[in-house]
Amino acid sequence: MLGRTLREVSAALKQGQITPTELCQKCLSLIKKTKFLNAYITVSEEVALKQAEESEKRYKNGQSLGDLDGIPIAVKDNFSTSGIETTCASNMLKGYIPPYNATVVQKLLDQGALLMGKTNLDEFAMGSGSTDGVFGPVKNPWSYSKQYREKRKQNPHSKNEDSDWLITGGSSGGSAAAVSAFTCYAALGSDTGGSTRNPAAHCGLVGFKPSYGLVSRHGLIPLVNSMDVPGILTRCVDDAAIVLGALAGPDPRDSTTVHDPINKPFMLPSLADVSKLCIGIPKEYLVPELSSEVQSLWSKAADLFESEGAKVIEVSLPHTSYSIVCYHVLCTSEVASNMARFDGLQYGHRCDIDVSTEAMYAATRREGFNDVVRGRILSGNYFLLKENYENYFVKAQKVRRLIANDFVNVFNSGVDVLLTPTTLSEAVPYLEFIKEDNRTRSSQDDIFTQAVNMAGLPAVSIPVALSNQGLPIGLQFIGRAFCDQQLLTVAKWFEKQVEFPVIQLQELMDDCSAVLENEKLASVSLKQ
Amino acid sequence: MHFRNYASQGASRHSEAESPDQDSGVTMAAPMLRWGCRGRRWAFARVDGGSCHRRGAPTGSTSNRIRGQSSVAQQPLHTAQKPRKGEHKWAAVVGLEIHAQISSNSKLFSGSQVRFSAPPNSLVSFFDASLPGTLPVLNRRCVEAAVMTGLALNCHINKKSLFDRKHYFYADLPAGYQITQQRLPIAVNGSLIYGVCAGKKQSQVIPKMVRIKQIQLEQDSGKSLHDDLRSQTLIDLNRAGVGLLEVVLEPDMSCGEEAATAVRELQLILQALGTSQANMAEGQLRVDANISVHHPGEPLGVRTEVKNLNSIRFLAKAIDYEIQRQINELENGGEILNETRSFHQKLGCTMSMRDKEGKQDYRFMPEPNLPPLVLYDATSLPAGADPQQVINIDQIRETLPELPSVTREKLVQQYGMLLEHSFTLLNEVGLLEFFQNVIKETRAEPKKVTSWVLNTFLGYLKQQNLAVSESPVTPSALAELLDLLDSRTISSSAAKQVFKELWKREGKTPGQIVSEKQLELMQDQGALEQLCHSVMEAHPQVVMDVKKGNPRAVNKLIGLVRKATQSRADPVMIKEILEKKMSL
Repeated sequence: MLGRTLREVSAALKQGQITPTELCQKCLSLIKKTKFLNAYITVSEEVALKQAEESEKRYKNGQSLGDLDGIPIAVKDNFSTSGIETTCASNMLKGYIPPYNATVVQKLLDQGALLMGKTNLDEFAMGSGSTDGVFGPVKNPWSYSKQYREKRKQNPHSKNEDSDWLITGGSSGGSAAAVSAFTCYAALGSDTGGSTRNPAAHCGLVGFKPSYGLVSRHGLIPLVNSMDVPGILTRCVDDAAIVLGALAGPDPRDSTTVHDPINKPFMLPSLADVSKLCIGIPKEYLVPELSSEVQSLWSKAADLFESEGAKVIEVSLPHTSYSIVCYHVLCTSEVASNMARFDGLQYGHRCDIDVSTEAMYAATRREGFNDVVRGRILSGNYFLLKENYENYFVKAQKVRRLIANDFVNVFNSGVDVLLTPTTLSEAVPYLEFIKEDNRTRSSQDDIFTQAVNMAGLPAVSIPVALSNQGLPIGLQFIGRAFCDQQLLTVAKWFEKQVEFPVIQLQELMDDCSAVLENEKLASVSLKQ
Repeated sequence: MHFRNYASQGASRHSEAESPDQDSGVTMAAPMLRWGCRGRRWAFARVDGGSCHRRGAPTGSTSNRIRGQSSVAQQPLHTAQKPRKGEHKWAAVVGLEIHAQISSNSKLFSGSQVRFSAPPNSLVSFFDASLPGTLPVLNRRCVEAAVMTGLALNCHINKKSLFDRKHYFYADLPAGYQITQQRLPIAVNGSLIYGVCAGKKQSQVIPKMVRIKQIQLEQDSGKSLHDDLRSQTLIDLNRAGVGLLEVVLEPDMSCGEEAATAVRELQLILQALGTSQANMAEGQLRVDANISVHHPGEPLGVRTEVKNLNSIRFLAKAIDYEIQRQINELENGGEILNETRSFHQKLGCTMSMRDKEGKQDYRFMPEPNLPPLVLYDATSLPAGADPQQVINIDQIRETLPELPSVTREKLVQQYGMLLEHSFTLLNEVGLLEFFQNVIKETRAEPKKVTSWVLNTFLGYLKQQNLAVSESPVTPSALAELLDLLDSRTISSSAAKQVFKELWKREGKTPGQIVSEKQLELMQDQGALEQLCHSVMEAHPQVVMDVKKGNPRAVNKLIGLVRKATQSRADPVMIKEILEKKMSL
């Protein structure tokens, strides 16, 4: 039951094959078993069980709220959840319990979904590995998959298996690990420069970033307001469409949501034929750093479309190479501004120093934020200084416009959907990943994803195949603004063609105790 | 993207902890100056001879609305006095930044209520406390108030305006930034016309114009309360997020009086529009002044900013003090620092605020959570647009109420009063209404009413420092009194006596007082003739003087007769009888 998709389990609930409470308990027990993945910061067991109980009553009375009623979901810990601690994986917000729900959280709850917990991330979503939060790094469930382990046994160079675990990507790595390890059926991530699509690619999931303005940001603790979008992580495209259907729509609390009517619910037709489609392959995305495996899968995917009758053309997004620098300036500037509210006065962490308000601010912010956050605040404030504003911020905004126009031009030329890699390569081991600093990693890992955020377009990462090492590789589809349904329809067709394998965690599940024991031993030995 | 949402509409599951939204939702010629201006009486400025003048062209000088505009007032007044040896001529330049709290039920970007003197932190929404993840939603009422004010001040209304973040760390600014309109404000390039009094008797009103650079919408901050004893700062966020109109007046003023008069006029306009209660004592109108001095013809001097000006009287005082301080400083070889100063009310002087941080860099940035604010007019209004979601400038223009300048003009035309009288009527809170109520109920001439209201009534109020609303004399009582006077039932001196009695608040009507005190005029011609006869007989010498042609002697006789009647006789009547009797 746990390995099923959201749509499948929803059907099972409707047919009474399983009750919401049973489902909830199974997920809770798996969350406990996979605790070492560090996917969750907070497990809201009591809340989930109570919600399950209520859902069960509804099913009994034949008053199900729909496809999401009784479905366990997880939410990234940068969405406000009423009465449930919301930390952003930062000392600054440890112990902060919001008095309100983010609009997207409320919408899921209103549809009867069960909130299993809040998932791990990089501090304030600043990172691409889910390694830089105060609660420690998230481990990629694929590290423990049969597919990966078997490949590693064949490799004579690999030895220390347990310390060689892989990162999930990020910053929504906790959400990705939670869905990937079957502890829930869907999870909310956030996507500012690729934070949903990147971990989806590394964890073999569908990671969807909706059009900016389609889904409310109210209650999402911001990284970059002008680029943030709540993201959706699921096991298949149809599931993402169900969740999107529940979330999309104008919100009077978010003035940047659009009022234009959107087709709802997001029912995705099964495309029989792609011959009327035009797929664009942006040539600038073929970068030297791209792994040959990803490159080869990318071109196979293009061939697949072509062989099925779609028009596949090379297109140019000429300003792509300026994108990451531009993103850096705009992101850090907004970060500097958005982080100004964390001063220890109203909520969150406050230091013990009270000689003056200024001294209190300084110490609180030094203790509350990690180096990555502080570094971005510093550079952002630099870019916003009166003497620098024109040279950096304004220039970056102009470049942003050019990047957005690149996409507009390509779509105006008749391209329906762009096909690109999501990441440069498959997930890397943690020890490998931390050899580079957060900034370097972010600029490498966001390379294919952040331009989409600057243009506000919808994009989705679809798992395609396993690498030689037995790890998932994802490809990205980018659609026209507010053509989210068309984008997902194409993605669904593609998903069906590639038949991406299900993660085989049976070994992990059986082995769970062993893994846990090992961890125990490790901690004991540390103490001695 | 365009203007989309207004403050939270309708009930929502989120809103339980928040109060429901209550609003539908969503260089002119350099002025000369040698001495500081002297004290102001009433609310329009007096240009005392030789004290305050600028060459700034008065507007509408050809208008016949302005009486007695003599050429004297146009001349540089300093020529009236001979400059002392070695004395330089100084000109002062004053500009103002005025923050007016918008009169609205809810705040600029949140649904929490706006109310003065509510219990601390009782009117704070999640957004006001800047809880992470909250977003601003523009209040329609505040936008309409800004458009109204802009139109009333002859501004160009920008069809598209933008919001920006202005960053600084302060305990009563929870987000660490203020949302304002730095780059593209909602209204620009307006003007404000105000009147200053001039002439020997201060009886001429000269219109002056100050240009309005811009009007911007922005958030108010919270309040910090410093408890020095316990070295604590307490924060009240009730005010945080209340909508403000920042009105920037160009440096077209030259002294405290002009600035004060301009502010008073703005206050009246805001109150007439209902866009701000503009009560300075409650902080609904706050003024910062930028002040510099220079020699005419030379570049402008270094300016200082004076803050904490919380009454019109102190505003004038502070500016004049600061001008004089700068002149003294420069004449003594000192220099003026570009600094922020505050006005100390008790000491009557300005003092440097000694900002330790030095120059602030506010690191302005566009507010990413608010789309551009787009306004429409009749021609640009999209067909089929939801009236709740669009703001039509032309529609607002049609609903503008009567502005003070028009009210004054009407008073002048309707009642034949002097323009300066109309100024006084409007400047005193409630006085116009009082006047109009008296007019409604009395048969007396409007001129008579004007004179009684502005001289007697206002005189009593001022003497006892009372507001019109606190007056012991009602409009009806004054109307009745004026009727008695008009029908010659009492003399004007008796009327003054009745008024004095009325002021005692003993609950008696003028009629009762007149009969109790026997103040009616003697209507009996025969009795009066008899009295006159007796007086003439008793004072033959005076009668002789009259006959010799001494005009003052007649008055003496009249006085004697009046005294004999206990002032109850009409002097005109007495004079007629006396003249007849002496066959003059």
